[in-house]
Amino acid sequence: MLQDKDRIFTNLYGAQSWGLDAAMKRGDWDGTKDILAKGQDWIISEMKESGLRGRGGAGFPTGLKWSFMPKDVSSGPSYLVVNADEGEPGTCKDRDLMRHDPHKLIEGCLLAGFAMNASAAYIYIRGEFYREAEVLNAAIEEARAKGFLGKNACGSGYDFDVFVHRGAGAYICGEETALIESLEGKKGQPRLKPPFPANVGAWGRPTTVNNVESIAVAPTILRRGAAWFAGLGRPNNVGTKVFCISGHVNNPCNVEEEMGIPLKELIETHAGGVRGGWDNLLAVIPGGSSVPVLPKDICDTVLMDFDSLKDVQSGLGTAAVIVMDKSTDIIKAIARLAEFYKHESCGQCTPCREGTGWMWRIMERLVTGEADKSEIDMLLEVSKQIEGHTICALGDAAAWPIQGLMRHFRPTVEARIDAYRSSNAVAAE
Amino acid sequence: MSGNAEKFEFSSETAASAEMHVAKYPAGKQQSAVMPILDLAQRQNSGWLTQEIIEYIADYLGMAPMKVLEVATFYTMYNHKPVGKHHVQVCGTTPCWLRGSDDIMNACKKHLGIEKGETTADGLFTLSEVECAGACVNAPVVAIGDDYFEDLSPESMIELLNKLKNGEAVQAGPQIDRQTSAPIGKATSLTDFVGKET
Repeated sequence: MLQDKDRIFTNLYGAQSWGLDAAMKRGDWDGTKDILAKGQDWIISEMKESGLRGRGGAGFPTGLKWSFMPKDVSSGPSYLVVNADEGEPGTCKDRDLMRHDPHKLIEGCLLAGFAMNASAAYIYIRGEFYREAEVLNAAIEEARAKGFLGKNACGSGYDFDVFVHRGAGAYICGEETALIESLEGKKGQPRLKPPFPANVGAWGRPTTVNNVESIAVAPTILRRGAAWFAGLGRPNNVGTKVFCISGHVNNPCNVEEEMGIPLKELIETHAGGVRGGWDNLLAVIPGGSSVPVLPKDICDTVLMDFDSLKDVQSGLGTAAVIVMDKSTDIIKAIARLAEFYKHESCGQCTPCREGTGWMWRIMERLVTGEADKSEIDMLLEVSKQIEGHTICALGDAAAWPIQGLMRHFRPTVEARIDAYRSSNAVAAE
Repeated sequence: MSGNAEKFEFSSETAASAEMHVAKYPAGKQQSAVMPILDLAQRQNSGWLTQEIIEYIADYLGMAPMKVLEVATFYTMYNHKPVGKHHVQVCGTTPCWLRGSDDIMNACKKHLGIEKGETTADGLFTLSEVECAGACVNAPVVAIGDDYFEDLSPESMIELLNKLKNGEAVQAGPQIDRQTSAPIGKATSLTDFVGKET
């Protein structure tokens, strides 16, 4: 179990003030100028060595991503964009980082922005997080007033500013190119890649989009050193991670833990255990709604990191752990997610626009059992027609929960159909 | 629009805020401010947007009205018909559903006497179901206006609605004894920090 001395977000729960004075006592903005003085190459190489993988879901190495930005900025500005459009069902960690520890994110923006030659950072926060945006704006004002941002930021000779852009209710804007479109004042519909944002991003300029947590951990990594961060967890799956534990546990919570903590230990240590005890567990969605569900026998032993969860055909995603006990109608739980994806499809690609509706309608009938067993394979076939056939990953994200359901709970789905048939046969007599 | 309706224009506060938003973006990229400005205008207009406002903003930002309308209809937080003073938005996605969001929705429907998407006759409440609010460890969650109300039960939900109806003060956040997203009861982490105010 992670010790408090190795926790980055020491004000995760907002026990102390988010304000600058309290943040500085917690160690934020300490020697930022000295870190900047070590130079862009040092920062990027330290981030690479730390082994940090993006905390927004895809797990791409953060330092490597930063290195894709052009070194020559004579043709115009580059931008850092922070993805704070947190909306993956189950996920609510970035909210805490922004409302309780905003200076970690803002300092991270400066360090990351400097390393990639960006002139400004735009934090794209979901519109519903109105109070969180208020805190962020106030914290940015504090940092500007202290000279930490703006011209000659932290006395480094580098000019850099941070701005907040509020969304207005569209899950798809968590996709990086949809987010850029939205930042430009358009509908949030994803762009075809290439060109990648590092070449053509916001307003046609080189842009890197990073998750809130990826940026907010950077200052601590650069202060304590890559080796410290890389020493936590397992190779290729290092560092600390903020987990969100929701659903049928006794004490749902957010908590920062060591990457690779066993799922069972995470739930029992921090969330007060599964409601009714571990043996009352039915299934867990381990990384936000987009990743396939896992049945109890896998949950007994699986570790919470990228590679362990990939090995069991699921994923770490956003590390949002959705726990379901034996009282759960698992078919309905997944059908509700199918409805979510149908609602959130941006409508640009036909397989996703039409397919998410198809899948949801079939799922709703599987909930009541009013279906034919052959439709299960048809549903899986439809899911395969969506997966990989769309511009962005929303189509994949809609397909995977249903594929996971059928992989592990097909007998439950079939039993529901049988039950419907037999009750109807009785009614018909 | 009827002939004697008041013409929409930015209040001085809205105008000042709109200017501030435009200034955040690179020169010539004022279209980027369309989302915050739609939000400002909606707030000024009791929570909803009209065709006239869309055209006013298009003119303000030098955009085609259709481009503004596209944005205003793509995002769910822009309303195109009047909403009640309190817009009660019940999260119904799986993490909230697992924690009883159906009971919260039913309590709201029964107490307010309206269905999803409807507004009470007194204009005080509009009831909506929304997709994941992003506060899942505090489920079930309801957003009302700019605030989140968390860890709700049907009883605390009704109490909240009554207080709002009577114009009484309400406390956002968890509606049970709990520090934000921390586990209920004994702290399992940050014991060196939690509860120690600076």
